[in-house]
Amino acid sequence: MIPLSAYVAVSAVLFATGLLGVLIRRNFIIVLMSVEIMLNAATINLVAFSHYLEAMQGQIVALFIIAIAAGEAAIGLAIIIVVFRGKISTNVDEMNLLKW
Amino acid sequence: MAFVFFAYFAVVSIVAGILTVALKNPVQCGLALLALLLHVSGLFVMLNAEFLWAVQVIVYAGAILVLYLFVLMLLNLKTDDRYFHAKAPYLLAPAAIGLTYLLFLLVRSPFGGSRGDASPAAILLNGDAHAIGIKMFSEYLLQFEIIGVFLTGAIVGAIVLAKTPRSIETRRDA
Repeated sequence: MIPLSAYVAVSAVLFATGLLGVLIRRNFIIVLMSVEIMLNAATINLVAFSHYLEAMQGQIVALFIIAIAAGEAAIGLAIIIVVFRGKISTNVDEMNLLKW
Repeated sequence: MAFVFFAYFAVVSIVAGILTVALKNPVQCGLALLALLLHVSGLFVMLNAEFLWAVQVIVYAGAILVLYLFVLMLLNLKTDDRYFHAKAPYLLAPAAIGLTYLLFLLVRSPFGGSRGDASPAAILLNGDAHAIGIKMFSEYLLQFEIIGVFLTGAIVGAIVLAKTPRSIETRRDA
């Protein structure tokens, strides 16, 4: 029997990886991929608790997370296309038009 | 046996996650993300969530990842030599310390709590999709409809954002 802590630990490591990716990568598309890693870590947590506490709610919320990830990917990639059209760079440290 | 599968899925998903963040070529990062998504779906099977396994493979690996790769191929990005942020080395040490402390706390925690009514035996009676469907369309119907409206809004917004503005088109013609 695998303990619940093991799943939570895997999820924590994946979340830290994704957070680090958001902070250190320059390419905007890779930053969005790192956000997907973090959403997957949250989903693992929800499904693991849903299984071990014998409640269905975790899996329902995991489905909502997947739907929201789809919307986030569509909007984020549309923003990348708009930025790329005006200025030929998708590095996050060069996008500073709205910076104060 | 279950432990072997769990170790395989866990180790491969973590390695694929690190590769997604660390590789230089964006297309290789996308393929590493694909490996991560498929192995996370394997973890879902181990947790008796077969419906989520199917949704993960179809929606994440089949739709979202293809969208990412499509945009990568469309833009044909050149990767700079410096593909990490300038301050990246300063972030690594705090991240490692924080993660070690978090893991220490998590492994010690008992995670007890009151149990719901969806025991594995009760789910296996009619299958996972049946159990999710009954719950989703009785208690979570409003949230389900809100997600539908949200997705419609997101798609309309994405189309409006990515459409070429009329002023640019006419300027190009003239």
